Amino acid sequence: MAHIVRPYGDTIDDGKVQLSFTLPVPEGPKALEAARVIVLGWGFRECEVVHSAAVSDDFTFFVAYARTDRGVDYETVEADRDESEKSMSMDEVNDFIRQHIGRKVVIVGACTGFDAHTVGIDAIMNMKGCNHHYGLERYPMIEAHNLGAQVPNEKLIEYARKVNADALLVSQIVTQKDVHIENLTRLVELLEAAGERGRFICVAGGPRISNKMAAQLGYDAGFGRGSYADDVATFVVRKMAAGGGREFLP
Amino acid sequence: MEKKLGLSEAKIAEARDLASAICAPVMDFVADHTSVTVERATLRLMGADGADADGVPVPNLVVDSLRDRIGSGAAASYAGALLRTGLDVGALNAKIAAGLDISTLPSADAIAARAEAEKLARAGLERITRNRRERDAKLEEFKGRNNDPLLYLIVATGNIYEDVKQAQAAALRGADVVAVIRTTAQSLLDYVPYGATTEGFGGTYATQENFRIMRAALDEVGEREKRYIRLTNYASGLCMPEIAAMGALERLDMMLNDSMYGILFRDINMYRTFVDQKFSRMINAYAGIVINTGEDNYLTTSDAYEKANTVLASQFLNERFAYAAGLKPEQMGLGHAFEMDPTIENGFLYEYAQARMAREIFPEHPLKYMPPTKYMSGDIFKGLVMDSMFNFVSKATGQGIHLLGMLTEAIHTPFMMDRFIAVDNAKYVMNNMAAFGDDIEFKKDGIMVRRAGEVLDSTVEFLRGISSTGLMEAIAQGMFAEVKRPKDGGKGLEGLVRKDPGYFNPAEDMLEAGLGLCGKGRA
Repeated sequence: MAHIVRPYGDTIDDGKVQLSFTLPVPEGPKALEAARVIVLGWGFRECEVVHSAAVSDDFTFFVAYARTDRGVDYETVEADRDESEKSMSMDEVNDFIRQHIGRKVVIVGACTGFDAHTVGIDAIMNMKGCNHHYGLERYPMIEAHNLGAQVPNEKLIEYARKVNADALLVSQIVTQKDVHIENLTRLVELLEAAGERGRFICVAGGPRISNKMAAQLGYDAGFGRGSYADDVATFVVRKMAAGGGREFLP
Repeated sequence: MEKKLGLSEAKIAEARDLASAICAPVMDFVADHTSVTVERATLRLMGADGADADGVPVPNLVVDSLRDRIGSGAAASYAGALLRTGLDVGALNAKIAAGLDISTLPSADAIAARAEAEKLARAGLERITRNRRERDAKLEEFKGRNNDPLLYLIVATGNIYEDVKQAQAAALRGADVVAVIRTTAQSLLDYVPYGATTEGFGGTYATQENFRIMRAALDEVGEREKRYIRLTNYASGLCMPEIAAMGALERLDMMLNDSMYGILFRDINMYRTFVDQKFSRMINAYAGIVINTGEDNYLTTSDAYEKANTVLASQFLNERFAYAAGLKPEQMGLGHAFEMDPTIENGFLYEYAQARMAREIFPEHPLKYMPPTKYMSGDIFKGLVMDSMFNFVSKATGQGIHLLGMLTEAIHTPFMMDRFIAVDNAKYVMNNMAAFGDDIEFKKDGIMVRRAGEVLDSTVEFLRGISSTGLMEAIAQGMFAEVKRPKDGGKGLEGLVRKDPGYFNPAEDMLEAGLGLCGKGRA
């Protein structure tokens, strides 16, 4: 049965939305009206522009509230990742490895291309971890290699071969002009060209990476905002146990 | 500066002594070496500019062609080429860009070539002196019109002309400092691109032409607002000295210019970095540029509460290296940051204590205080509150350069309206509690006094450890920022050269003389 939901302001189905944006016009009554009209043009109704201020001579900033009639059938929505697969904790992951894999799992991570941001890969791999989730380096049953930032795809693969990695973690923070897509795609292409795509579990991560998008690019999984080491570790070890790792290749 | 935290003066003095002892052997190494970018920076100061059809800059073409004799310095060869060809600087640059290899020209008279090189270097430094005077005159004319602390904003569109719009809007709104963040790959380029640029990733290429365009744009707004708007860029990466030279020639006012950042966070070879940072800092010192150091970066990789001592230790080292390059305390924007986990009970007290501690230990230095980034999330409302707390501490503890936090820090490069909200927030908070810092005293043996004392104690401990290990070995062992960098690893080592006995660099000689540094650049 359809279950239509709409934004909730203070009453069910009122469709109230909070918006803020800037227009490249000088502040004044005309700008205010332009803001209202543009919001209505987006399909909202009853737009109220509650704040406008000159950001500079030629730009005006607005805060507006408006209502939308648009809803979504909640029954038809598919989550980026199956909610039933709850991640294991660090201890559970280690136990899982001992039981189902029986040796240390080797994971190599890097922020590739020209991207200089280590923040993502560090959050997942560094001993310290992030937001009270320890990083992979602290997992006794995981051998974690963090290659840092600005690592060429070729180098990452070379390193992964050297340490005989089970999984590659690729972090991409900079997304301007879709440079991350290009970079992520390139890694898969290189692996495929070498006939090694099946050898490694490939995981992409970054604030603008989703699981669906990673799958489209040929990765086994993608982890976005709010993901931690335990999520990544859980995925990798389950995938290996289910037959996705190098030892399970013909 | 009234001392309120009861910090041990003996400990502070010990930390400074340790920093001197740690830096001395590094400075000895530096004095005996040059690098490809030091030579290119020298050529730039002498007027070498332009690029060939493939975009290779003239200073690179010259230094590459002289590669095996770079130990004697590039200056005399470039000046000799002028004498041999009879061309002026502009025409010679054009010839080199068109394919002339100056190493193939017959040698000019050595004495005449050196005299010519000195003349050109002097002309470059005179231009820098004029820029410095112009800045001083404007600061005097618009005295008292800037915010205190200086409000610092970043633009990063990738397109210099789009940057101009955003920078002017930021300045109009109240920013005192505008930094044009660099495109993400530039720190690893061993050349500086040429001309105005409109494409970059996460930032805009630092080029001399881009510097000039932004300088003019900020001067225009400054005249109108009767405020001097400072322009900032990044003298870091593989071209530290060249960026410093270009910035000095185009009257930039601040440079991100850390002595170890490139080693730790960009994996640039440590020997190369130490040599490059020295020359770049001498140029900055001479140009009256305020450097900003990068201690905030330690806290984005390590825990801000546990690793506070690495920040203070790095500040002492940055200060020592800065003195050795002729910088005055007023030019040392030593960095630190408000990066503690917001869930820590009393985190605000610790941040406040540490900011005040930095202020008392470095009383004349315009400390550069960086906003929360690590714990910023998609919750922009919480982010705005965190930024407000940061604004409060910064004003209360008298920081010098205040990098405004963005409520959308973890989400995207700032929208124009994000900067607008940030400036308004800072102005509100800082006006509303303007004299709070003066009015307040700290409880003896209270949380804040104890915290500051503990950080100083553990810093001295840490510096002792580095002193006995040696700085380069300490970096190799990962004692800073939990990053290990082997001495012969990293990028750019091949561009480092031992100076020949007859090494000649007129710019270096004049900078040392002008800055009152004893010969050979030793501390």
